[in-house]
Amino acid sequence: MKISEIATLLDAKVLCCEESISHEVHSACGSDMMSDVLAYVKNQAVLLTGLVNPQVIRTAMMMDMRCIVFVRDKNPSDEMIELAKEADIVLLSSPKRMFDACGILYSGGLCPNEV
Amino acid sequence: MDNSTPLTYSFTVHGDDFSSAGEASVQVKKILRSIGFDADTIRRVSIAMYEAEINMVIHAGGGVADLYVYPDRIVIVLTDKGPGIADIGLAMSEGYSTAPDNIRSLGFGAGMGLPNIKRYSDNLDIDSKLGEGTKLTITVIPQR
Repeated sequence: MKISEIATLLDAKVLCCEESISHEVHSACGSDMMSDVLAYVKNQAVLLTGLVNPQVIRTAMMMDMRCIVFVRDKNPSDEMIELAKEADIVLLSSPKRMFDACGILYSGGLCPNEV
Repeated sequence: MDNSTPLTYSFTVHGDDFSSAGEASVQVKKILRSIGFDADTIRRVSIAMYEAEINMVIHAGGGVADLYVYPDRIVIVLTDKGPGIADIGLAMSEGYSTAPDNIRSLGFGAGMGLPNIKRYSDNLDIDSKLGEGTKLTITVIPQR
């Protein structure tokens, strides 16, 4: 699935790195606990979260993720957007709740594990 | 680069600002990428160091992180002058945390830091003295 399709499915705004929304991604995870993302996630390209602080971006950087979806219309700070640009991570903001957003992407073909 | 003289880098980890925690890990990731290590090795080093850096900010008020790059291994030594770890065995068990609630609300403090560092590294050595500080030595062996 392309990141642009994720944005469409989740009615999401693209907040940065629009030039990378044609990248293909295959897997995602949803969590507000970055400790768990670092501990249990392997090779997921997309992070869905309701947490908004710079450590969300750094966690995604460490995990080589391509896209972060902020659920419930959460918006990252300018500092977070600058960090994401540095690592070419697409930031999306969706009005969907976490459960709904994960369900929509799962039904749309994203897997829990990289293929 | 021979085995006796590693490339050496040193970083200050500031303890007064949680939002800047991880900056040294980002730098290390860039350095390892420029040297040409494989993606899996870089990710293992980055995650282990990031967890250690977060720990240093939460528990010890910052410290120093030194990176040593040998041809056959990457070593990170993190030294702080924090309160020390009272029970290293307990601190190594998943889910045990002494982090305050405000840190949990920032997405950390789940008690996964030290276990995670061990998981992603090939060797983890913890030298801690109560009231004096902690020294973590993390070793990652690159894939061949």
